[in-house]
Amino acid sequence: MWEPEAVKKFNVLVEVTLQPGILDPQGTTIERSLPHLGFDGISGVTVGKAIRFTCEAADEGAARGEVEELCKRFLTNPVIEDATITLERA
Amino acid sequence: MKGMAEPLHRALGLTDDEAGDIERILGREPNHLELAMFSVMWSEHCSYKSSRRHLKRLPTEGDAVLVGPGEGAGVLDVGDGIAAAIRIESHNHPSAIEPYQGAATGAGGILRDIFSVGARPIALMDPLRVGPLDEPRNRWLLDGIVSGVSGYGNSVGVPTIGGELVFDETYAENPLVNVLCLGLLPTDRLVLARASGEGNLAVLLGSSTGRDGIGGASMASEGFGDGEEHAKRPAVQVGDPFEEKRLIEACLMLLDAGLAVGVQDLGAAGITGATSETAGKGGVGMDVDVSAVPRRAPGMDPWEVMISESQERMLAIVTPADLDQVLAVCARWEVEGTVIGRVTGTGRLRVVDGFGGEVLADMPASALSDDAPDYDRPLRAPAPRPAADPPAIADAGETLLGSLLDTSWVSSQYDSQLFLNTVEGPGGDAAVLRLKHPTTGVDTGRGLAVTTDGNHRWCAVAPRRGTAMVVAESVLNLACVGARPLALVNCLNFGNPEHPEVMWQLSESIDGMADACRAFGIPVVGGNVSLYNESRGKDIDPTPVVGLLGVVDRLDRRPPGVGLVDQGRLLLLGERSSHVGGARVWKDAPELPPFDPAAVTAVADVVRGLVADGLLAGAHDIADGGLAGSFGELVARSGLGLEVGLTDTGELFSEAAGRVVVCVAPEHVEEVVRRAGEVPIVDIGGVGGDRLVVAGMVDLSVPAVVSAFRDTLPAAMSAGATH
Amino acid sequence: MTARVGVILFPGSNCEQDAVEAIRALGGDAEVLWHGDATVGDVDAVVVPGGFAHGDYLRPGAIARFSPVMGAVADFAGSGGPVVGICNGFQVLTEAGLLPGALQKNRGLKFLCTTVDLRVETSRSVLTSGAEVGAVLRVPINHFEGNYTCSSETLAQLRGDDRIVLRYVENPNGSIDDIAGICNEGRNVVGLMPHPERACDVLLGSEDGKPLLRSLLTAAANAKV
Repeated sequence: MWEPEAVKKFNVLVEVTLQPGILDPQGTTIERSLPHLGFDGISGVTVGKAIRFTCEAADEGAARGEVEELCKRFLTNPVIEDATITLERA
Repeated sequence: MKGMAEPLHRALGLTDDEAGDIERILGREPNHLELAMFSVMWSEHCSYKSSRRHLKRLPTEGDAVLVGPGEGAGVLDVGDGIAAAIRIESHNHPSAIEPYQGAATGAGGILRDIFSVGARPIALMDPLRVGPLDEPRNRWLLDGIVSGVSGYGNSVGVPTIGGELVFDETYAENPLVNVLCLGLLPTDRLVLARASGEGNLAVLLGSSTGRDGIGGASMASEGFGDGEEHAKRPAVQVGDPFEEKRLIEACLMLLDAGLAVGVQDLGAAGITGATSETAGKGGVGMDVDVSAVPRRAPGMDPWEVMISESQERMLAIVTPADLDQVLAVCARWEVEGTVIGRVTGTGRLRVVDGFGGEVLADMPASALSDDAPDYDRPLRAPAPRPAADPPAIADAGETLLGSLLDTSWVSSQYDSQLFLNTVEGPGGDAAVLRLKHPTTGVDTGRGLAVTTDGNHRWCAVAPRRGTAMVVAESVLNLACVGARPLALVNCLNFGNPEHPEVMWQLSESIDGMADACRAFGIPVVGGNVSLYNESRGKDIDPTPVVGLLGVVDRLDRRPPGVGLVDQGRLLLLGERSSHVGGARVWKDAPELPPFDPAAVTAVADVVRGLVADGLLAGAHDIADGGLAGSFGELVARSGLGLEVGLTDTGELFSEAAGRVVVCVAPEHVEEVVRRAGEVPIVDIGGVGGDRLVVAGMVDLSVPAVVSAFRDTLPAAMSAGATH
Repeated sequence: MTARVGVILFPGSNCEQDAVEAIRALGGDAEVLWHGDATVGDVDAVVVPGGFAHGDYLRPGAIARFSPVMGAVADFAGSGGPVVGICNGFQVLTEAGLLPGALQKNRGLKFLCTTVDLRVETSRSVLTSGAEVGAVLRVPINHFEGNYTCSSETLAQLRGDDRIVLRYVENPNGSIDDIAGICNEGRNVVGLMPHPERACDVLLGSEDGKPLLRSLLTAAANAKV
């Protein structure tokens, strides 16, 4: 497919996690059940969300800025959640 | 045949004879697309080819019946210009593979059946049967099934007001997930899924079409074998309750505005089923433009599009003049609407690549349903069980405790209160809803009651009498909340119909249901047959599940419920029995207790009247677990003790039909006994103290009873689950 | 004149008719407002009802807060108009920033439908002006994400300003400080997880929700004057 040279495509992974100190009932429940199920030695379980999409922007910095804004306004609730953004050229 | 490629029709699940029939119908060899369409429509799941001739023996007529079996749902006139639509279905096989999505899509499918007749769904019920919870996999299945019903039902905005929860080894690898839905509509808006009017358009509403559940209808008709069936397993269907919610609102808005000639849900046979049924029943033809269907997976072939089971789709038949308004309603609810078909006068269902384009399939529209095979499969009664004496019961108290189960762990995960109708929710003998007009909201002062019941133990001992006893239990459950029965729907969960003993069970069970329904004057307005419930060659116990709808003629107080009042007297209504055949304590009995439907009717009439006039402080029918189970539950729910005297331990555990235990305040005892008239009634004891005492048999503390009742399920489920 | 309450309908809402029915039964006037209209019309109070607006996808309320009507709700609230968010409506109001904090999954990780005891903590709100402080009300709850959480500063502020409106007598979902409902600084915006509209008829088990909805109708009538 033809695309103008000025626009680059990025594959984006946003991992949404609960902020440190916010209770993670899903994580603790999974962790608590592990010994019953015979999985020992696993700790530090946390549960979050992974959101994937592609983003068009002039360069990586612009793409990152756009995705950060998206995370702040929509994909996370800043009261309880953090986002980690991973970008790579599509 | 080894080494040769399997013929296509067999790969699609059609027999050689069926393929021959298709060739005769078409007058030529069918192509791949046509074979695929016939294979889903002629599957057991869609065609009822093994059960159809037996189902014809059920009584279906009644004064209130507006629509009987064979449509999306049974519809009853419940007065004041209101009609009730009711249906029950199974989603057993999908739930065994992926319990969350299996149960969720089961709920989604039954909802679409209800709003396809123009009714707003107002309640769900979910009779569930799974293997014992000491196995982690069964805990995983139950947790997933309940989460699926909860996740879908709550989100789509339809309350789940009751159900059943049964554990038994027979369901260990084949859980039974049955879902009942009740809806209401103004009587004058009843629509049936009919295509009519040459030139009218078929508009596909809702979700896009993917490869979900391709072959699902034929999967539901195959047992789970090892290994070789794996390739047949379809992509798991995933439910989207938000899409369904918007679809409900859009379809009801179309019908309210008179913009749809008919609507049809897309069930197990997808677009093939919806288009052939609307055209066939309407006596018209249809051209289906398969290229117009919005798809979500790349590279789908026409046959995949035509038989996909993707969820949350409906088909509306509309006039060309109304199309713009129809699409505007779709836009409001953010529902995709696409013209995929045109009604023709030819009587033929044609699949075309663009209207006027290449014809990919061509067959008589009615052939897919009307000409489906109708098998008279061989029946064989098993050898009679040898005569035997009932087993001795070592510890009646322990046996009583073992039969108690509070299902709140399940029901608290369901919204049971939405729409402000739920007078009696989950946990009682039957659920009771206020009856309000579905569009004006005017309260009629009357109520609807619904119960679902099944008992595989009774039906394994004697399917005919066992099924009749199940119907009787439903009648008494309704009586305990003051309701008279109106109509019945059934879900017949059986094993492999190619096993003559299973066909015999099915046939006997249908006869038992027919006998009981005739005796009670109840029409059967719909049903679902789920066969091939088996794993590795072992059939499940026969499990007909019935859903019974009733009417409370004056709903001005809450029903007494399963409870006690201090100092109340406990009276036993109905013929006393110590026969424990088929009861929890004697599963492999040679026979069931005697059954007299006239006696059941008499008891039900008395109880209904007593409830209506507020003369009872508590009421509970005696079924699973016998009087012991009833006492335990009455004590656990009220927190009060009781002391009774019975004939023998047989009477404590008998599950003979036609008995109800009631709690009566002392000042009403005389009146209650008078009102019983000819019906046997006996004072068996009273309420009080802090122990559950059955003289000479049981002496338990109230807290022990409460704990056995309340803690069993949460404790079992807290042990973790794996699959 | 009868107070008029607008009940907002998002795609996926499902308690809007219940709210309308309960308000009308108490003598109020109620109408449904469509989420896609950027106005609340001339209503005297707004109810954001329960349900699953936009399927609760992403997070409950996360998409609904961007609906055109929410701008009008914010303006209405900003000018002192009474706004009550029930269950999903509470989630929408927190996402929209009209109330502080957030609602997480229940501690038990299960959807929970039951009836609980609520203690009225303040009568200084549009939902509790007619209720007695300390009174215990039997009201149904029905949610998966009802576990209220907020920063310790916010909690201190809510406590200090007497903005915790209702507390659970026995905490069913893990909410911080047993919080069942809170209000904003202006005390005209209230969010609560329990469903007062489900507790307005003895036939359905409780009528303890009536004093709450009557308070809202009083606030609406006062707003009209």
